[in-house]
Amino acid sequence: MVEIPLTHSIVLAAVLFLLGLVGLLTRRNILFMLMSVEIMLNAAGLVFIVGSSRWAQADGQVMYIFILSMASAEVAVGLALIVQFYKKFNTLDTDAASKLKG
Amino acid sequence: MNMADLLWIIVAMPFTIFLVLAFLGKKLSANLTAIIAISGTGTSALLTILLGWSFLGSPPENYSLSSHLWEWMNAGGLITSMSLRLDALSLVFIFVITFVGFLILVYSTEFMRNEEGYARFFAYMNLFIGSMLILVLADNLLLLYLGWEGVGLCSYLLIGFWYKDPANGYAARKAFIMTRIGDTALIIGLFLLFTEFGTLNIADILSAAPEKWASGDPTARLAAFLLLGGAVGKSAQLPLQTWLPDAMAGPSPVSALIHAATMVTAGVYLIARTHTIFELAPLAQNAVAIIGATTLLLAGFSALTQRDIKRVLAYSTMSQIGYMFLALGVGAWSAAVFHFMIHAFFKALLFLGAGAIIMVLHHEHNMFKMGGLYKKLPVIFWTFLIASASLAALPVISAGFYSKDLILWETFASASGGTQLWFLGYIGAFITALYTARMVFVTFFGKTKIEPTQRPGLRITLPLVVLALFSFAGGFIELPHTLGHVQVFSGLMQHALPHLEIRDVAESSELVLQIITGLTSLIAVGAAYVLYIRRRSWTDSIRNSTLVIQIHRFWNLGWGFDTAYDTLLVKPIVYLSRINKNDVVDLISLGLSKAMVYFNKLLVYTQNGKIRWYMATIALGAILTLTISILL
Repeated sequence: MVEIPLTHSIVLAAVLFLLGLVGLLTRRNILFMLMSVEIMLNAAGLVFIVGSSRWAQADGQVMYIFILSMASAEVAVGLALIVQFYKKFNTLDTDAASKLKG
Repeated sequence: MNMADLLWIIVAMPFTIFLVLAFLGKKLSANLTAIIAISGTGTSALLTILLGWSFLGSPPENYSLSSHLWEWMNAGGLITSMSLRLDALSLVFIFVITFVGFLILVYSTEFMRNEEGYARFFAYMNLFIGSMLILVLADNLLLLYLGWEGVGLCSYLLIGFWYKDPANGYAARKAFIMTRIGDTALIIGLFLLFTEFGTLNIADILSAAPEKWASGDPTARLAAFLLLGGAVGKSAQLPLQTWLPDAMAGPSPVSALIHAATMVTAGVYLIARTHTIFELAPLAQNAVAIIGATTLLLAGFSALTQRDIKRVLAYSTMSQIGYMFLALGVGAWSAAVFHFMIHAFFKALLFLGAGAIIMVLHHEHNMFKMGGLYKKLPVIFWTFLIASASLAALPVISAGFYSKDLILWETFASASGGTQLWFLGYIGAFITALYTARMVFVTFFGKTKIEPTQRPGLRITLPLVVLALFSFAGGFIELPHTLGHVQVFSGLMQHALPHLEIRDVAESSELVLQIITGLTSLIAVGAAYVLYIRRRSWTDSIRNSTLVIQIHRFWNLGWGFDTAYDTLLVKPIVYLSRINKNDVVDLISLGLSKAMVYFNKLLVYTQNGKIRWYMATIALGAILTLTISILL
């Protein structure tokens, strides 16, 4: 079994995180932004898993379980908000909700 | 009834009338207003006479009455009570204030009849009289200061009575501000006295002062000079005298009240009241004499060149108050108060007479446009003549002779006076007689230029006659050794004011000096007769040389004091304030707030309500933080 170097996994996680971030910044559709956030969360989770396997410690995996449950809770709340958002603005474009400008 | 209980009623009457007229004035008819207006001061005058009668008949202990009304304030060791105190000095003052004030009010009921603000006028007049009564009856300096400021306020209100003309408002502000300079000195003097003695009660201060201070003590000198500053402002003496001629902007009864009974005599009262402090500060007392002597001369020369009859009288007041200051300065306390009383009678009469003339001649102030009035207005002429004789100090027959002669002789005889001061006063007496005679001759003799259209009524002539009686007979209560030796007045005054120490050498010269001063005023009247009746051409030829014209203009404008103050003080201040229009000091705080607003606007752009923008800034911030933490 070929050992995957640590740097590869870290780079993968970083790429994933950046993808999520760029998606978050460029997408205007709130649904896609939520998905981008999920990607970023998973990138962070991936780093935990990699670290846990590299040092053979369970902490990282425990942490990942936490992130996973937090993400599911977040998705539940987020989707509910999106439904409300759509009801209110009749669109999914986040730029429509810019009433809180200074 | 206890005599002391009358005191508060005397003071309260004018204030009550003020309140009544101030609140109900518009609803009352003119006749009712007139009756109410004179009733308050009339009652006060009656009570004063009653009080004076019993005061003189059965003198109270220490020759003073006091009446404690209530405690005014009690804070931090300063215990001030609303207490009135009457002694011989304040008795003379309240008599003059209420009695002359009453006559002036009676006169005003006719004089102001057709003016707008009839009730307002009398409300102010009553407030004026009330404040002056507070001033002279106060037993502590703070209460005195209350009256002092009240008088200042009322002078402002009354000088600017015809407020629709901006010039009158200017004159009123000038009077207020000029006297305020003196008031500031006075209040600082009060602070000083309080820190020194821990009390403001006049009697306490006067009895404690000789124990605390040796003669010539610097603190005593400072206190005396500060008090003098206040007196100089209110009494229109050098260098704060410029407000008085402009104060003629008010109605004539106001001038009469300001010049005779109230206001300008406040300074004389203050110095006489605090005489102990001045005696402990010989330098300050000398300054009083020198200020008085200088003012009486400067004002006399200015009076000589005025054309407006009221301005002649205004400068004459300044000059006569100068005599009082001269007397105070050499320690002739009683003579100063005596001259104050006589002056109050004849000066009130002169102003009321001048006012009546101006009224019947349709507001003509220039006396060179009058003339020949002695046949047309006999009552005014004769009363005016008696008052003028007093002002000119015609020997033996006039009251003014006795009072002014007393001042001159005591100036000569006093240890702190001397020949120089006497000589200044003597020149002043000549000038006084000259300008008085000029005024009378020009106004009443010669050709009639304007026909009087109306005759003054009884309410105008009656006060004139009463005042004329007093201007004539008032002098006989104090006659010099050489002429009858009556000492009613100084006999009364010695209970309140110290006696003058007379130099030995001076004793014998009294008669000679009296003859000299008497002759001098006669000569001055004669000179005026020649110059203004007999040989008008001489006057004209004198007036034609350039030097005389220059001097004439200089004197006419009151020795250029107004111009000097304008150039030295007003212009620089106006210039500086113009530069500083945008307030240099404020630029710091204003700049700070402007910068805040600017940054606020910058930050407002970041709050654009777009969630992606917020995300980007969070990311940027995170990158920045990470970079910094890695690099450092």
